[in-house]
Amino acid sequence: MQRDDVATARVNLTLKRAYVTPSGDVAPSDLIGTLARVGVLAHELDPTAIQVTESQAAGRALLTRLAVAGFAAMNVMLLSVAVWSGATDATRDLFHWISAAIALPATAYVGQPFFAGAWSALRVRRLNMDVPIALAIVLALGTSLWETALSGRHAYFDAALTLCFFLLAGRYLDFRTRAAARSAAEELTALEVPRALRLEGDNQIETPVGDLCVGDRVIVTPGGRIPIDGVVETGTSELDRSLLTGETMPMHVAAGGWVSAGEVNLTGPLVIEATAVGQDTSLHRMADLVAVAEAGRANYTPLADKAASLYAPGVHILAALSFVGWYLWAGDLRVALNIAAAVLIITCPCALGLAVPAVTTTAAGRLFRKGLLIKNGTALERLAAADTVVFDKTGTLTAGKPELTNWSQLPKNAQSVAVALARASTHPLSRAISEAGQDAEPAHVEGLKEAPGFGTEAVMNGVTLRLGRPGWAGPHAASEGLSSILSIGEETYAFRFTDALRPGAVEAVERLQAAGLGVILLSGDNAASVAHIAKELGIEDWHATCLPEDKANQVAVLAEAGQKVLMVGDGLNDTAALAGAHVSVSPASALDAARVASDIVLLGQDLSVLADALATARSAKARISENFSIATLYNIVAVPLAIAGLATPLIAALAMSSSSITVSLNALRVR
Amino acid sequence: MEVLVYLIPISLFLGGIGLVGFLYTLRSRQYDDPEGDSRRILDETWDDQPKP
Repeated sequence: MQRDDVATARVNLTLKRAYVTPSGDVAPSDLIGTLARVGVLAHELDPTAIQVTESQAAGRALLTRLAVAGFAAMNVMLLSVAVWSGATDATRDLFHWISAAIALPATAYVGQPFFAGAWSALRVRRLNMDVPIALAIVLALGTSLWETALSGRHAYFDAALTLCFFLLAGRYLDFRTRAAARSAAEELTALEVPRALRLEGDNQIETPVGDLCVGDRVIVTPGGRIPIDGVVETGTSELDRSLLTGETMPMHVAAGGWVSAGEVNLTGPLVIEATAVGQDTSLHRMADLVAVAEAGRANYTPLADKAASLYAPGVHILAALSFVGWYLWAGDLRVALNIAAAVLIITCPCALGLAVPAVTTTAAGRLFRKGLLIKNGTALERLAAADTVVFDKTGTLTAGKPELTNWSQLPKNAQSVAVALARASTHPLSRAISEAGQDAEPAHVEGLKEAPGFGTEAVMNGVTLRLGRPGWAGPHAASEGLSSILSIGEETYAFRFTDALRPGAVEAVERLQAAGLGVILLSGDNAASVAHIAKELGIEDWHATCLPEDKANQVAVLAEAGQKVLMVGDGLNDTAALAGAHVSVSPASALDAARVASDIVLLGQDLSVLADALATARSAKARISENFSIATLYNIVAVPLAIAGLATPLIAALAMSSSSITVSLNALRVR
Repeated sequence: MEVLVYLIPISLFLGGIGLVGFLYTLRSRQYDDPEGDSRRILDETWDDQPKP
């Protein structure tokens, strides 16, 4: 396939993105069409929402430091091995001086992230993991230089460099996980290129949504999402409000009716006069509610920080005590300083720096392959602690796509007429009918036309046929839930629909219950349909007709009772609850605001991966605490040696490398 | 032990070649798309400019 208006095109298969340089005037939609013809599904991305270059530059800088640290550590280690195996006198001094010449400039370059981190913590009079690291590097280099000048036996140049190498490896892993999650999250945001069709006189002008003003008239075509709050000027249609309220029943609107941003127009084109745009729309006012809810979650301390807050002061106290102890005991500043440096190097959180990132990288990679995107670094730890799951119904447990239930009970002639009428419309209920009647022979009808907001109409053998809303097509049927009516002359037939369950929903609920979690269903929909779904899934605790505040309150009440809530939802009415829950998941089809508020995004359709995610998170948390224990165990063995003054640079190198490698290997055991 | 005068610079030089090589691959963005590159290398046409 060749196009003359494209100069170059390059596909990045890792990121699954194509970069195109146009030579002529090319619209993205043309290219999407071209690609669709060769069988490739493509979407347009909003380039302003993606900040690839920055994160790539940061990653490259980190990788460069890692390479320099590796190079320097290898060379110094070679020289150190010679010293350990018995080099003496002038040879040893020469080797130490060469090591110093490599190590000093190398650490000055590769240690910058740690020095910067330590400085920013110390400036506000706090301790973080970087403080003992920076102190250990500086002290190790300082005492080693002093020892070398006095032609002493022990120098820790190799230890300072391997320390940097392992810690940078941990940093890089951590960075990569976060960068991958961030770029995918940006991609989801960039998928919705926000444009609207503004009416100026009789011309339609494509405008970015951000440029709309109050009083502008906007055309919303069927299938489009309404960008603003406003009043319908002309046109009739039905609106899908499920993302805002959780109701599955489409709402009828005509001229003079109010619409809000986020609703989806289903059947007829609407001209809307804007009454509120941008930050003032009801969609955005919801943000206040979210901000209040989010304040509750800010209290969470990640495991790594908890470890650091115990660890950093402990290390300093230990090193200071051994320095003072030895100074008083031996009265020799050089010996005391040497031992303090050895203690700092041995206790330095080499393995601790790897303990968390190695596990989260492995776990996030595994979950990504199953179709779950971890947006937040601590989401896995929090997910592992969850003991109650709160589900939203519409669009989360259900696919948000109606399914016909009473097709086989209808007479043959009604079936064929219904299929003929339904195929003329793109309304979700019509589509459900044509899907159910795939094999039925459509009746031969004439004068087929769609009445937007009501249904479709036609004539057959002089008899008027109507398929559409109860009340328009026929008498209002006293039935609950979703239904539409077919009238053939005087006869009427009712079509009933349910919102089909999302694939894997039953399995997900079963497995979550089996894993000992309480399952609660909160929905904005009416009681009958919620009860039906709850029964089908075996959920005993359900609440219908919940307002957004109700959902957020329920979650807050549960949290107050000490429960760790996992919230799964997709709509605007769930956003506050998602932000307030201990950990939250939303499907990729969710509203932008809901995805932003949640920690994990479900990329596929299948809901059963939720149970897998819980299992992986629990196993990841177990691995993290195992890694902490391993790192501590190495310290318990090596620290007494260091304090006793028996730790040689060889022992330090062995303890550091073996603990880091054990920790990394243990991380790979995450299932 | 005089041999060290040659050996140590040689070992540093060899290590340095490795480092410079790695930095070159990093600068020329060879790690940006490992999956795509591993497939393109099997393709006979040039990938950094269109077929003439």
